[in-house]
Amino acid sequence: MREPLIYEISSPGRVGVNLPECDVPVTPLPKEYLREDLPLPEVSEVDLVRHYVRLSQLNYAVDTGFYPLGSCTMKYNPKVNEEVAKLPGFVHTHPYQPPDTVQGNLFLMYQLQEFLKEISGFASVSLQPAAGAHGELTGVLMIRAYHESRGDHKRTRMLIPDSAHGTNPASTTMAGYETVKIPSDARGNVDLEELRAHCDDTVAGLMLTNPNTLGLFDEHVQEIARLIHECGGLLYGDGANLNAIMGIVKPAALGFDVMHFNLHKTFSTPHGGGGPGAGPVGANEVLAPFLPGPIVVKERVEEESDSDEEWEEEEMYYYHWQMPPSSIGRLKAFYGNFGVCIKAYTYIRMLGAAGLREASENAVLNANYLLSRLKGVYPLPYDRTCMHEFVLSGRLPDAPDVHTIDIAKRLMDFGFHPPTIYFPLIVPEALMIEPTETESKETLDAFADALIQIAQEAKTNPELLHSAPHLAPVARLDEVLAARQPVLQCLK
Amino acid sequence: MSYIPNTDADRAAMLQAIGVKNIDELFRDVPEALRYPELKLPPPVSEMEVLRELREISEYNVDLEHAPCFLGAGAYRHFVPSVVGHVIGRSEFYTAYTPYQPEISQGTLQSIFEYQSMICALTGMDVANASHYDGATALAEAVLMAVSVSRGKRRKVVLSAGVHPEYRAVVHTYTQGMALTIVGEGADPLATEVLADMIDADTACVIVQNPNFLGYLEDPAALRALADVAHSKGALFVVSTDPISLGLFSSPADYGADIVCGEGQALGGGLNFGGPYLGFFACKQQYVHKMAGRIVGQTVDRHGQRGFVLTLSAREQHIRREKATSNICSNEALMALAAAVYLAAMGKTGLRKVAELCYHKAHYAAQRLSALPGYQLLSQKPFFKEFALRCPRPVDEINEYLLDEWGIIGGYDLGKDYAGLANTMLICVTEMNTKEEIDLLVEALAPDYFSRADEEGASDMEEAA
Amino acid sequence: MVEYAKDRRYLPTHEWVKLEGEEAIAGISDYAQHELSDVVYVELPEVGETFAQNEVFATVESVKAASDVYMPMSGEILAVNEELEDSPQLVNEDPFGRGWFIRFRPSKPEEYDSLLDAEAYERRCREEAEKGG
Repeated sequence: MREPLIYEISSPGRVGVNLPECDVPVTPLPKEYLREDLPLPEVSEVDLVRHYVRLSQLNYAVDTGFYPLGSCTMKYNPKVNEEVAKLPGFVHTHPYQPPDTVQGNLFLMYQLQEFLKEISGFASVSLQPAAGAHGELTGVLMIRAYHESRGDHKRTRMLIPDSAHGTNPASTTMAGYETVKIPSDARGNVDLEELRAHCDDTVAGLMLTNPNTLGLFDEHVQEIARLIHECGGLLYGDGANLNAIMGIVKPAALGFDVMHFNLHKTFSTPHGGGGPGAGPVGANEVLAPFLPGPIVVKERVEEESDSDEEWEEEEMYYYHWQMPPSSIGRLKAFYGNFGVCIKAYTYIRMLGAAGLREASENAVLNANYLLSRLKGVYPLPYDRTCMHEFVLSGRLPDAPDVHTIDIAKRLMDFGFHPPTIYFPLIVPEALMIEPTETESKETLDAFADALIQIAQEAKTNPELLHSAPHLAPVARLDEVLAARQPVLQCLK
Repeated sequence: MSYIPNTDADRAAMLQAIGVKNIDELFRDVPEALRYPELKLPPPVSEMEVLRELREISEYNVDLEHAPCFLGAGAYRHFVPSVVGHVIGRSEFYTAYTPYQPEISQGTLQSIFEYQSMICALTGMDVANASHYDGATALAEAVLMAVSVSRGKRRKVVLSAGVHPEYRAVVHTYTQGMALTIVGEGADPLATEVLADMIDADTACVIVQNPNFLGYLEDPAALRALADVAHSKGALFVVSTDPISLGLFSSPADYGADIVCGEGQALGGGLNFGGPYLGFFACKQQYVHKMAGRIVGQTVDRHGQRGFVLTLSAREQHIRREKATSNICSNEALMALAAAVYLAAMGKTGLRKVAELCYHKAHYAAQRLSALPGYQLLSQKPFFKEFALRCPRPVDEINEYLLDEWGIIGGYDLGKDYAGLANTMLICVTEMNTKEEIDLLVEALAPDYFSRADEEGASDMEEAA
Repeated sequence: MVEYAKDRRYLPTHEWVKLEGEEAIAGISDYAQHELSDVVYVELPEVGETFAQNEVFATVESVKAASDVYMPMSGEILAVNEELEDSPQLVNEDPFGRGWFIRFRPSKPEEYDSLLDAEAYERRCREEAEKGG
């Protein structure tokens, strides 16, 4: 099942693309500036296409099967989203074109800003951050800017629950804060007593994921918000798990001051093998002035138009850019991952309010169903109603030599992508499972059956697990060798 | 349409298995007073309707298939071969997740390994990562990395004014919590040599862009001299560059770069109104453990078969957490795949040919435009595909005229970012601009037509009054 | 069987230090390398740098973890184990011998007495293991 490298199928003189001849007089090139060699492949189009198509066939993908990856929300990627993102009117627009010439784009971005505001309850949204972690950095920098603007320079600490995603403390450090870890209690909530003990005027805020990475809705979320606000801090929301609560509750109403969205999770845009995503940020009135910019605003224009605005209100609007008044600045060049925003816009238009709520309800139902099938079989550290995901442990009582990694690799032989493993850190040998709403009961049952069978195999035939996967394009790979003797490119 | 396969019957069976009467019971932990808020969103539409709606929205734009364009400034209209769309359109690639489970992700992993190799080929560096969000954030990450290489001891950055203004803004945003001193932006963007005097033992890195934001090529010998000064003081030399230019001009390794980064959108990525783009990032071998972002490495499986995995993961946020240099998690993997397909399709000869076409067409445009009365080139320095043109009128006036009268999208107004460059337009010409388009631009700006349009405009206003 | 070399002392954070006249060598214990499993990279300080006791002077990386390594006694770095660059697995294979990290000159030799001896360190490790470490 081995596909040669593109360099290995390369042959001098082969050409993949032909270009037109130069239609203008040539200008002499400055010789001292030229490079001598350019070691790129040389392949014909047929060999190029076969290479990449064969590579694609080595991949597992949402379009081939189920990904029960906790906190990733691997829901189905609607194909209509792909079609609209390819419309030439969108693809062939330059970010620096005058606003008059890109009113379509600006309208779409404005609408998406408004949709995300409505879903979350926040006062203002910036679509600029390119990923969730980018949004987290944004939020932490906004909190910092807020405190600085009030002359409050004492706040050097950011509180972060021990169940948090690694991007939370990493973003905190990038913003210049010290991370203070807050433990979780026996029910999987943030430990209120510990939190209370840490709340003082050196605290900039708390970064909270709700539902958290255990898949649990914090039973004291409003009290947490109150404690943080009382000591003068702000509450950041990691919106990775928003798929559990659309139309169920608005994060802003719970007390969050700022939150990032993951369009490539909750809003169905594809993962692309690791990106591109988009991580817009919403903020309440307190933090809205600090959002990164520019963002899209609209103003009424009293002008006649001769085109039909069936989908728009009767008034004419002009859309343009505006920098929020105390903006933390730009987080990237240009405006954000527009091509991803188009897909999220389309998704929200197809679902509407009722559809979004249905998505969350079914996501939570599917997760609880899967939990009901597995809870007797694998240890369950927190026995509560879960939200859209839940965490089991791979420490099977009768199979002490079997680890979560073995269970994960064996699942591949059953045709499933493994769940998230070894995260959150507070559950040893964790298996985090999130089915999403776009999986059928049949798929859920097949997955549960596979995990149940693997639990059996762990007792009766553990070697089968240790040596898994057996049916994947490659067998278990040596990650130690890869790190000890790194080979990171093929030219040397 | 919410893409939910389950029926009411399925749901009833699941509720029974769980042991609750209805879905509401599953949301017990949500504060009752806040449950089920109304979401005021437009009513949902069918696929047929949404396609019509989006098409109409898109047609509200002036797109560059219907207007000759001379706008660059960090985002470029380059030719995207058809194979690129076909490869990244395969759902095995675009609906795949990050390749954390390598055995079933060899397609993604090998294609990124190949991408890394090609970026090293272009830049002359030893190692490359799997991507950053864009050229600006890649540059900001280079600064974080340089500070980390010095173990946090060096707190100064020398940053050339020739670097894209938005890239410099992003560097400032990213480092606002770090108490760094950033110098050099007030200097003449065309005089990189003055940066040498700003480098000292506190400097973490020196950053230049080549070709610079104004389109000019820096003399490799001069950059080599600047790199030597940086190295003599223990600072890293960072070069932000245009990957198409690397099809023709010296790789930054040749003139002393330690880190090379930039915007990869030109490699098979469409303009897409500013994103998703591609931050490519590469560095010398000795710094690999401080490089952020995902990296693919080669290894073998249990049977000795070659395979690829994400590696050196202990650098990253999911392991280092608050001790990570960078928080980056998702990147621009699919855009990196597009870039790899583009580079493989163009190949050694194709990329060079694209660069030559850009060079010759831009120089033809520069010659013809600077021959017009009232227009001069800002400098005689060599340039690649963009050049700065001093104009007799404000740039936005010219652009409004070009668009309204000729349907041409004009260049970028440098006066927005550089105090001394009012009425100076940054004109970009790529292999996508035909000779006819260039001649049309020249004709539009030739004095007769330009002033005549003014007269016509004036008489229209008189009539209306 | 985890080894606890008797000719040296330990920090509760699993570093060891062995005195050699006016100099000392330091590394991480067998217990530590066992917990880390396969070491893939060690980031070492530069010769001439000085650190206080308990300051982080190195980092050890495995495939799944990165751990800080703390200075057992204050001092100036005289040499670092360059073999670890190409052969980080020495830390796993011979943590008390060829897997050494640094040679340094202790500036406060009396700090040695406050460290755990092999017996006390072994007891500590057993307690940690029982807690489910």
